[in-house]
Amino acid sequence: MKQFWRTQRYLVDFTISSLQRRKGKNLSLLLVYTLIVFLLASVMLFCQSLKREAAVILANAPEIVVQRQVAGRHALIPGEYLQKVGRLRGVSQKRGRLWGYYYDPGVKANYTLMVPAEDVPNPGEVVIGAAFSRVRGVGVGYYFNLYSSANKLFSFKVAGILDTESELVSGDLMLMAESDFREFFTIPEGMYTDLVFNVTNPREVQNVAGKINERLPDTRPILREEILRTYDAIFNWRQGIVFVLLSGAILAFVLFAWDKASGLSGEEKREIGILKAVGWETGDILRMKFWEGILLSLTAFLFGYLFAYIHVFYSSAVLFSPVLKGWAILYPDFSPIPAVDGLQLATLFFFTVFPYTVATIIPIWQAAVTDPDTVIR
Amino acid sequence: MRKSTLYMALCLFLGGAFLCSLVDANIREKTMIERLTSSILLTQELGLTDLALFTEARYTRHPSQADLHSAFQDHPMSFEHFPTGSFVQPPAHLVP
Amino acid sequence: MIELNGVTKIFNQGAANEFCALKDISLCIETGMVNCLQGPSGSGKTTLLSLIACLSRPTLGRILLDKRPVSGLPERFMAEIRRNTFGFVFQRFNLISGLSVAGNVMIPAYPAGPVYKALVEKTAGLLTRFGLESKAETPVEHLSGGEAQRVAICRALINDPDIIIADEPTANLDSRLSLEFMDILGRLHDLGKSIILSSHDPQVYNSAVVQRKISMHDGQIVSAE
Repeated sequence: MKQFWRTQRYLVDFTISSLQRRKGKNLSLLLVYTLIVFLLASVMLFCQSLKREAAVILANAPEIVVQRQVAGRHALIPGEYLQKVGRLRGVSQKRGRLWGYYYDPGVKANYTLMVPAEDVPNPGEVVIGAAFSRVRGVGVGYYFNLYSSANKLFSFKVAGILDTESELVSGDLMLMAESDFREFFTIPEGMYTDLVFNVTNPREVQNVAGKINERLPDTRPILREEILRTYDAIFNWRQGIVFVLLSGAILAFVLFAWDKASGLSGEEKREIGILKAVGWETGDILRMKFWEGILLSLTAFLFGYLFAYIHVFYSSAVLFSPVLKGWAILYPDFSPIPAVDGLQLATLFFFTVFPYTVATIIPIWQAAVTDPDTVIR
Repeated sequence: MRKSTLYMALCLFLGGAFLCSLVDANIREKTMIERLTSSILLTQELGLTDLALFTEARYTRHPSQADLHSAFQDHPMSFEHFPTGSFVQPPAHLVP
Repeated sequence: MIELNGVTKIFNQGAANEFCALKDISLCIETGMVNCLQGPSGSGKTTLLSLIACLSRPTLGRILLDKRPVSGLPERFMAEIRRNTFGFVFQRFNLISGLSVAGNVMIPAYPAGPVYKALVEKTAGLLTRFGLESKAETPVEHLSGGEAQRVAICRALINDPDIIIADEPTANLDSRLSLEFMDILGRLHDLGKSIILSSHDPQVYNSAVVQRKISMHDGQIVSAE
């Protein structure tokens, strides 16, 4: 047994010497390989983290949100509907919500304006999200102006800034008094953006939703589990930029493997012939090539993953921010919370290390089993 | 020094760093979960339904509240205005 | 003792370029002697050497080593015999370029997995014996012809084989180095090794070191004195 491992060490010695002979090529191979793993691992870690945060935070979203639709579009909902829906067993609380969007042409950013249920700001005062204050450049005590759709000027004083730790959900928020909201958007009394229902027993939610559907036919209920499912599907590997990234990486790997598998150069064949001629078995040759594959792919995987980990969790995925920001001016400042899914990590390992190692061994199979006699010819 | 020794040392180092990262992930996770508290409280108080990640458009800012048509409101065949749309799809419960 | 019974080697059998290199060779080679295969190029000397050294298998016939058949063995056993019993010095040396002298010499020992320290010492000993100790870390491409051949010899000796085989050893050497080489062979013979050479160089086959001459022509043995 000891002898077996001594032999493997010698094979590794030989393989490293062998790789060093074509330093430039092999170093660039390692670099590109590491880069690919880095990219894939970064995406994987970032998405996992975000999905988990979404799941944790939005588990506290209201159980049912009722939206009214007119001609297929989201329309204002009358507060009377709260009475019209009648008594629903299991509903602990129900209220109307007021919220909407405002586009600020000065900074080209979209804000979400909202009327809170508790701690309502005084008329004329607002509480804003941390990203909002950064983009607009306003702090507590500052005044700023917004123009309503009637081109009327509204001046607001910043009474407070929401906790920067909650930026992921509140970065673009502007909380204001109900009277201000209705005046600004010209929304009449008694009309709301949507209704929220809190249901204590999760098993009752479907029933309640069903009854709401019956009694308020021009509305659609949105369940919390649907909200959670939406965010679970975010960054889904099957679509969009993530898919392009994945395809790119797979293509790169296929290219590597093809390059390896497209046969050996004459020099490589000769070398294998020499090794066999001096007494190496086919098994030794194959094992040596296996070590070559593992050496490169394992190193690339470990480096790539470690850099990805540092990139995502210690520098807040700085390379992705241009992509994620897209055209948005307002972007929440947040640090992803580490969440490592063992299964995805194992999959990444398998799909990066295994194909390359196999691709290294397969083409030499033919040469490894041939009689060494060809060497002297 | 033997080349295999050098490589084994490198592997040990990287392997160790890898394990450290797992441990670090575990530790940081526990401490940072507390940071989500303010988000959780705000979500409960205000009845929030979405993350404020993509503020470009209605259907990217509130993907869970978007109706099926908001993404295509300009033209049925106009696929996408915003880069964000490539990773925020219509809510799952609306799409078959 | 090496015995060959009715050995025939045909290349590319069945194809258009089918070629019979050896025809029905039967031969006995005693241990402890210096044998030389002599003949013009194309006579089958190299083919015969490679068959003896278990580098390939005969198409027909059998080869026995100390009464044990070796030609029909599975690849693994043939490799083992190749490694432990024979030391082959190729005509063009066949060193692996890019590796150092020491690196090249140690290669045949790897499959057996010896203890590293012992292997390094053995290699150093061999290199010193052949005057190459100062070149241990030199890449083999930077060696002269004579030095390269000595490296090839060291490599052939690393596993202490009983039988040394050298194919046209002086083909790439001048007369001074050729004499030097024959001298080395003589010394190896004195240490008890069996030697089988092939050459069409008179300086080799007429040398005093050679004890038995086997003449070949067109894949057949003409005389074996």
